[in-house]
Amino acid sequence: MSLMHADQTAPRRPASTAGVMRWLLLATLPGIAALTWHFGWGVLTNLGFAAVAGIGLEAAMLRLRGRPVSATLADNSALVTAVLLGVALPPGSAWWLILIGMVAAIVVAKHLYGGLGHNLFNPAMVGYALLLVSFPGPMSLWPGPDGLLGPEARPLGETLRQFAGLTSLETLDALSGATPLDAFKHKPEALMAGEFWAGTPLPEGALTAWRQVALAWLAGGALLLYKRVIGWQIPVAMLGTLSLVATLLYAGNPSHQGSPLFHLLGGAAIFGAFFIATDPVSAATSRRGKLLYGAGIGALVMAIRAAGAYPDAVAFAVLLMNFAAPFIDYYSEPRVFGHPAATRGIRADAGEEER
Amino acid sequence: MAERFDFPGGITPPTRKARSTRAPLRTAPLPRRVILPLDQHAGAPAEPCVELGQRVRTGERIARASGLISAALHASITGRVAAIEEHALPAGDGRRGPCIVIEGEGEDDWLTLPSLDWRQAPQATLLERLDAAGVVGLGGAAFPTQVKARIRELHAIDTLVVNAAECEPYISADDLTLRHFAADVLEGARLMARLAGAERILVGIEDDKPEALQALQAAREASLAEAMPVEIRPIATRYPSGGERQLIKRLLGREVPSGGLPADVGTHCHNPGTLRAALAAVRDGVPLVERVVTLTGEALARPGNVVARLGTPIGELLHFAGLDPRALHRLVMGGPMMGEALGELASPVVKATNCLIAATRQELPDPPPEQPCIRCGACEEVCPASLLPQQLYWFARGREHDKAERFHLFDCIECGACSYVCPSHIPLEQYYRAAKQAIRAQRREAARADHARHRFEFRQARLAREQAEKEARRAARKRAAAPAARRPAGGDTQGTAPAADLRGLRIAHSAATAAERKAEKALARAAESGEADPASLDDLETQLATARENRQAAEARLQAARDAEEKPA
Ligand code: SF4
Ligand code: SF4
Repeated sequence: MSLMHADQTAPRRPASTAGVMRWLLLATLPGIAALTWHFGWGVLTNLGFAAVAGIGLEAAMLRLRGRPVSATLADNSALVTAVLLGVALPPGSAWWLILIGMVAAIVVAKHLYGGLGHNLFNPAMVGYALLLVSFPGPMSLWPGPDGLLGPEARPLGETLRQFAGLTSLETLDALSGATPLDAFKHKPEALMAGEFWAGTPLPEGALTAWRQVALAWLAGGALLLYKRVIGWQIPVAMLGTLSLVATLLYAGNPSHQGSPLFHLLGGAAIFGAFFIATDPVSAATSRRGKLLYGAGIGALVMAIRAAGAYPDAVAFAVLLMNFAAPFIDYYSEPRVFGHPAATRGIRADAGEEER
Repeated sequence: MAERFDFPGGITPPTRKARSTRAPLRTAPLPRRVILPLDQHAGAPAEPCVELGQRVRTGERIARASGLISAALHASITGRVAAIEEHALPAGDGRRGPCIVIEGEGEDDWLTLPSLDWRQAPQATLLERLDAAGVVGLGGAAFPTQVKARIRELHAIDTLVVNAAECEPYISADDLTLRHFAADVLEGARLMARLAGAERILVGIEDDKPEALQALQAAREASLAEAMPVEIRPIATRYPSGGERQLIKRLLGREVPSGGLPADVGTHCHNPGTLRAALAAVRDGVPLVERVVTLTGEALARPGNVVARLGTPIGELLHFAGLDPRALHRLVMGGPMMGEALGELASPVVKATNCLIAATRQELPDPPPEQPCIRCGACEEVCPASLLPQQLYWFARGREHDKAERFHLFDCIECGACSYVCPSHIPLEQYYRAAKQAIRAQRREAARADHARHRFEFRQARLAREQAEKEARRAARKRAAAPAARRPAGGDTQGTAPAADLRGLRIAHSAATAAERKAEKALARAAESGEADPASLDDLETQLATARENRQAAEARLQAARDAEEKPA
């Protein structure tokens, strides 16, 4: 009947779902701070609008589905989705872009699948992938690392105009630079990697900015691990596999491949490993399954980065593995106590269960 | 201390035992009136064998065991049978059931059985005594001890495990039993070990009971002259070490197979209170009419352990322990993890009542509302059966029973460790229990149709057995009448090729024996699970009886063939 609960005994792990989500939000702060510091107000306008849209859409969907609104909103899960999508979009995205992304995330990926806990796919990544496919233009316009306060920083007013959708695409294009992964992806065939980097293909400070952002996400990830909000299996398996594949590729062709460190810190790998892939609802569930799942994401990210059309690939890799998660679960069940071997596959070996 | 073996998962909730272990064991006042449910053990309910108004003495049998798995019931006070009626039972669902109510005289007039020497008495006598004294497992499952001891007839038992882990928070009945009666417990263990044919006794005790451990060690020192070796093994405190399977794994490294019994890995597991009761039944001839009950919880002014007569109304005992009714928020029988919340203070103490918790609101608060599963995997980490509780929950909730079984629903021991850690406060094990019940109900429906067939098969088997025995007798007579007759060449019941026939009969005989063993185990398991209804037990008993008939028939045929073989000329 279990009348006692761990939350009476103050363990490290937060004992309620709302608590889990709160810690998730808290852990995004270093990453958000670093992003804002390097890329300016646009990060905050993204987040602010995504949050408003997220909560509004969640409330509307709950009402439509006849679920308790305020009690469910209090689980903070819509806010988490909003934050994850908000930081993934190019800073200073226009409101309609964010709104479309949030509709795809909250309405389609989450509630049409039955709400929190039932979604097959990671909502934030569904939103992101949809935007990437439908609006490749605006989605590739990352501003340069002009900083929040520096001399080159874009003033808040301009960012707001951009958010309102009043800035033309040409102006935007002129203002933005490529992300490191993007730039490297479009490196001319003839150029060796060394020559490419020597030619300053990126706005000044971009590489450093991306590294610092990645390290800030790592700090947040460490917090999540310490609080046991997430398990170590997925991030370790994902980053390990990613590094391994990157090392193999690099060792095979150092002049045309990015170094493992470049792949680890140059894009969304760290953020994805700790904040996206670990989304418990859409990931594999068993500990062993999580290892497989994380490894699959790491391998897919590298496969798409190396051979696909998209420079970064965390969103697609995660979605593909979301799709595979139920199968992984069937094939990675631990050996149950009292059984000679683990059961594999979908069919039960009939009759062994009770007698 | 490093342990060689361990079970997976587990949790370490606050034990909250100190409250009930500070006071020494007390004897509760003799109740004026007792209510004795007929169904307070695993298996079929007992059948009353007293009449209304009849005077009964303490220890006198008032209901007899019915069926293979059942236990007798005895008057726990001296007085008159006031009623045989439906009464509230100490169960979470508030169910009612037939009870014998005895109105006491205020005096204890004991009726005991003759004392037996367990070292000398034949096994059958000892088993009969355990049966007659109504001894059942006092750890909570209330499985008839005599039946458990009999299962061994088909298994080789090498180790008798004394389960003194008492891993659930609050409960300290075994702890106090050991502190006061360690020598009796060990002697009871020797008795049961002898019955089981075990070579050694292994006591598993969690290390949060230093006094009990000390008492055990002293008792062991004092009885070193005995032949049976006793080993006392303290283990680190972790829930659910006291689960039979978990303890056996931890002590011996053996895994009871899924759907199997401890006997399958050569062990019998008994709890200290049971061993003491078994010894009392044999050595002193005292039937099971009282037990040690932990009375605890913050709504009690004088918590502690008491020796209480069975049938004592729970409210009376709690009153004795200083219950503050205004502070009482929740009454639990058993522990806070696996126990049941009771609604009725009027329901009685039964054989399975190891602990009563009168908790205040702060102490065991109402769980917050259940939230969706976020598949964080916390439950998986603590599951002692290595299940995937999050998957089971999914399928149990969606009534996808075959998938739930695919993920080994029936290996769940309902320990509640998963619920304890679930951040979404999902009462997981309640879902599992409901799913199991639903599946069992479906199976019962299917079995009902089978039952008629099983009865028919039983009659056929009996006829076949009688026929086989008759033929065997006839053949024997024929041989006796014509000892010099030539070995028959044909036309005999043995057929034309006796040697090959003998082999076939031997195979048939071992197959029949195996079938009997299987039927016996199926019955024992069903009864031990505590969830089988009388009808399905009845069906299993019919199947077992059929298997017995078949085995006897095979035996008779085999014997006849052997005789024919031996003296053909
Ligand atoms: S602990 Fe609760 S929320 Fe977490 S996976 Fe298990 S059932 Fe789901
Ligand atoms: S109740 Fe069942 S599923 Fe939950 S931890 Fe215990 S054995 Fe595992």
